[in-house]
Amino acid sequence: MTALTSQAPASRQPISFALLAQVILIANSFIMLYPVVVMVLSAFKTTGEIFEHPFALPDFTQIGNFAKVLGETAMPTYFMNSILVTGTSVLLILVLGTMAGYAVARYESRTNTFILLFFLAGLMLPLKLAVIPLFILLRDLGLLDSRWSLIVTYTAIGLPSAVFIMAGFLRTLPSELEDAARIDGASEPRIMWSVMLPLARPPMAIAAIQNAVPIWNDFFFPLVFIQTDARKTLPQGLTAFMGEYTTDWGMLFAGLTIAAAPITLLYIALSRQFIQGMTAGAVK
Amino acid sequence: MIVSRKQAPSLKRQMWVAFLVVPPIVFMSLFVVYPILSAFAYAFYDWQGLARGEYVGLKNFKEVLFGATMAPVVWNAFLHNVYALVALMIIQNGGGFLLAWLLYKEPFGFRFHRIAVFVPVVLSTIIVGFLWKLFLNPNFGIVNQALYSLGLDSLAKPWLGDSSTALGALILANAWHFVGFPTLVYLAGMQRIPPEIIEAARLDGTNEWQLLKNIVWPLVAPSTTILFTLLFIGAFNWFEIPYVMVGLDGSPFGTTDVLGLVFYRTAFGNQSASIQNFGMGSALATLLFLFIVVFASMLTLWLRRREIQF
Repeated sequence: MTALTSQAPASRQPISFALLAQVILIANSFIMLYPVVVMVLSAFKTTGEIFEHPFALPDFTQIGNFAKVLGETAMPTYFMNSILVTGTSVLLILVLGTMAGYAVARYESRTNTFILLFFLAGLMLPLKLAVIPLFILLRDLGLLDSRWSLIVTYTAIGLPSAVFIMAGFLRTLPSELEDAARIDGASEPRIMWSVMLPLARPPMAIAAIQNAVPIWNDFFFPLVFIQTDARKTLPQGLTAFMGEYTTDWGMLFAGLTIAAAPITLLYIALSRQFIQGMTAGAVK
Repeated sequence: MIVSRKQAPSLKRQMWVAFLVVPPIVFMSLFVVYPILSAFAYAFYDWQGLARGEYVGLKNFKEVLFGATMAPVVWNAFLHNVYALVALMIIQNGGGFLLAWLLYKEPFGFRFHRIAVFVPVVLSTIIVGFLWKLFLNPNFGIVNQALYSLGLDSLAKPWLGDSSTALGALILANAWHFVGFPTLVYLAGMQRIPPEIIEAARLDGTNEWQLLKNIVWPLVAPSTTILFTLLFIGAFNWFEIPYVMVGLDGSPFGTTDVLGLVFYRTAFGNQSASIQNFGMGSALATLLFLFIVVFASMLTLWLRRREIQF
């Protein structure tokens, strides 16, 4: 840093600074990506090859590890469970979040402030710390060790932020839209469904991504709620898998690669939406 | 925005609004409000496994804070949470700020770098933890392999097995996982600074360091408030990375034990001992909850004061 401060004052940044910035950025991107690259490369190697030539390029036609992970382990089951749990939770979050957000944004009522404060409290409280009573509640409802235990928990965690995102957006829509529909004799549900909601797809996408990524990646609640192997989600199943094949590194890297692939590919395809969605809570 | 200004809302419309708000509120009450309120109550009871016993007042709290078996473990773990918080504030949030500043100037390849820095953020913490556990393996991990091939054999270590490096390794793995988040939040904050301000400072001959310290840093204060508060909450809820990389007992010798692991061991038992104490677990969760709420609010209020309107 001292080298920078001693630079002569200049209206444009000096070339040496731009060079240093490039070096730092390239080094950082290398550190961010290289571990992921090594993971993928190692998945094509046998354990012996990984130990002897950790940095060498593999023979990419050698897909035995992947075939074994997909054919001989429970990984496909974990995958299906993760898709089911994440999909249902996000759908519930969007439906319930849009309902509450729409009511607060489009109808004036004395209870609106109360409703918003109620959801604001839900936004602040870490439900992780209430996992013991949640565990007992789910047991009493007969939901423990089922996928529903996760779905209701994730919906409860994600709902408040969805209410705020939806209400914040719906409030900005001009009321002329619904007035015109009302004059035409459209009912309230019809105005919501056919006039307003088609305009609300962008905030729905943000709320969906903001919730889908942490739900897909969550490990804590499955660890506490799910015992049966056939109902485990991917992150939890991965710990069982890693414990079973500890010495077969080719298998371990193939398992990690398969687990990481869908979300990484989706991120590369939709990076703008991912970044916008995942930082939505912290960027105003 | 006001729709029913002209006539009093009809019964039909009130029913419709109720239909919209009641299900979400009932859902939240059942699965958020009720468990959180019960969490406080549970801490005042004695528990036999999953069955609630008698009311014991503050006994569980005393045991957690001052008890002969529990307190040393709790305070040891608390200290590690504090280390992690301080280290991550510097490495993760500080590093994110500097990276954001480099990206803000939109140098060659900045789109690529912006996407690259966020790749680890989208990965599951479990994947990140296992990946680094394999990389840090004393014999076959790429970290030591790289050191051997560079002739730096003396630096190679059993990173996760050595008491002096294990916690540091967990902190670095966490920083690798999340540094992209503060980077992009700070970048968005910097992009909201009116460019004229920075341009004017440059014309006045301000150097890079003064520009960062006196202009950019104060103007991204709202991002700092949110990032530091989120990191504070995250550091005291830290669980997944330690669980995956060093196990439930915070090995070696408790040098990586954190409150999240202590809570899980207390409430849901560890496989070897199969102990389950919901009373003590609830007391620990309640204390942690109050600690987080009180300090996070104070931190937010204190950080808010430095924010400047522009």
